[in-house]
Amino acid sequence: MSSKKNKEALLTPLGLNNPVTVQVLGICSALAVTAKLMPAIVMGISVTIITALSNVVISCLRKTIPLRIRIIVQLVVVAALVTIVSEILKAFAYDISVQLSVYVGLIITNCILMGRLEAFAMQNEPWPSFLDGIGNGLGYAKILIIVAFFRELFGSGTLFGVNVLNYDCIANAGYVNNGLMLMPPMALIIVACIIWWQRAHNKDLQQK
Amino acid sequence: MNALRNFLDNVKPKFQEGGKFAKFRSTFGAFETFLFTPNETNKCGVHVRDAVDLKRTMIVVVLALMPALFFGMYNTGYQHFRMTGELADVTFWQIFFKGFLAVLPIIVVSYVVGLAIEFASAQMRGHEVNEGFLVSGMLIPLVMPADVPLWMVGVATAFAVIFGKEVYGGTGMNMWNPALLARVFLFFAYPTKMSGETAWYYNYSAEAAVDGFSGATPLAMANAGNYTSFADAFFGLIPGSVGETSAVAILIGAFILLYTGVASWKTMLSVFVGGIAMGWLFNTCGSAENPMAQLPWYNHLVYGGFCFGAVFMATDPVTSARTEGGKFIYGFLIGAMAIVIRVLNPGFPEGMMLAILLMNTFAPLIDHFFIQANINRRKKRVTIKA
Repeated sequence: MSSKKNKEALLTPLGLNNPVTVQVLGICSALAVTAKLMPAIVMGISVTIITALSNVVISCLRKTIPLRIRIIVQLVVVAALVTIVSEILKAFAYDISVQLSVYVGLIITNCILMGRLEAFAMQNEPWPSFLDGIGNGLGYAKILIIVAFFRELFGSGTLFGVNVLNYDCIANAGYVNNGLMLMPPMALIIVACIIWWQRAHNKDLQQK
Repeated sequence: MNALRNFLDNVKPKFQEGGKFAKFRSTFGAFETFLFTPNETNKCGVHVRDAVDLKRTMIVVVLALMPALFFGMYNTGYQHFRMTGELADVTFWQIFFKGFLAVLPIIVVSYVVGLAIEFASAQMRGHEVNEGFLVSGMLIPLVMPADVPLWMVGVATAFAVIFGKEVYGGTGMNMWNPALLARVFLFFAYPTKMSGETAWYYNYSAEAAVDGFSGATPLAMANAGNYTSFADAFFGLIPGSVGETSAVAILIGAFILLYTGVASWKTMLSVFVGGIAMGWLFNTCGSAENPMAQLPWYNHLVYGGFCFGAVFMATDPVTSARTEGGKFIYGFLIGAMAIVIRVLNPGFPEGMMLAILLMNTFAPLIDHFFIQANINRRKKRVTIKA
């Protein structure tokens, strides 16, 4: 149940094999939903759940899926799960689902999902696949949260919508919120900084 | 002078291989070569065919910027006193000194932040310190509004040097002009401090301003249908970024750059040709309701940063196209694109900055096609003979 291999499947995506900073997948949604922390966290959780469950389903079916139509089967499974998550969000967290708008639906095109299905779930048992899905989802969520933290703090001066920097004394000292932080390009630059930091600290990741 | 030389000779061994401060040898080297001509000669064959090296090129550009800088200082003071309505009571030197006080801190911040990052990164990588920032550090204050908060200048300079230059490998490797990157960063990050009517006046305050004072720049006024006269904009006692207002001062700089051969006349000329062509096109077939389209083409050339961009930014040898033919296309598209952005998107009155950055991005592509065309032409010649 918790062999070394399983532990690896769960933990390496958080660090040395992070889907966003190392494999550079799922960048598009990392740019789109990270202007505020709350949507970023919800997005991270949604992707984690969908990756884990779709990994389990495909892993169970992996021996019966004809190889030539596997992508379509995978898409059907992911689409079903995305629809369920999207409906749940609409029912129980309407405000956030409005903020996330189309990006919940677009989880289906998230490269991390299809990548994990193709690379892991098609070859492995359901339990390791589940752990792999959780790990990759959390690795994605981790980056989203870091990016969203900086963007919300310096862009809006708030965290989770709670005022942090918007006080008169700070404004009188000449501080102004950085409008560029609210624009998608800045998310790309922050992701780049995380990648930079990670590669500088891990010799294995540096290109020869 | 001798004392300085002796001091340097004394401490030099400490900075050489095996010395106490060997880690800081690039910093030491930068200061030493800045102060004295290096006394080492090449031991094998030399391949330098020109006496002009990077340091001298950079110094020529800095010298060429001086007219624009001094005029910018005077104009900053002039605009300040125009805002407070005291223009009749002050002398020339009072005006200049006021502007000097406004601009000097911006220059200091820009140089201190930029050079600190430049030295630190050269140190970390064990490179020589390059002189590239000497020009960028002078260009940055010249493209800032006079009233910009100093910490913003610092943040923007740090952003431009780190993300525009150091991550690509330092001087000579950058894709975009660092000074423009600093400005574009501020423009999008802090739009309230970088545009509008109050940004251009040193120490602007609503109480100090005279009644009915309006501080719009010529471009903003042209958007509303009021054209500043060509002569006013040409001589430059108008609101705008520190160094960009006076076409006269910029043209003196242009003359220095062209006379010494530091900047390419091809780029400079074709920027103006592009601007004239596109301005004239809008004059003849533009919408009559859009006051920017009806702005006479010659006014476009002296408003805003067009002149400054054409002379000092577009010609930057690192970020512009390097093939001789490519320079014409690169320059023409900058001029044309700047006018298109100005006329069709009133949200970005300063189209020049965006146009230059856009064409900086495409410069390698233009070069690629010119080099490829040359290769193809020569290939054809070979096959015909054979």
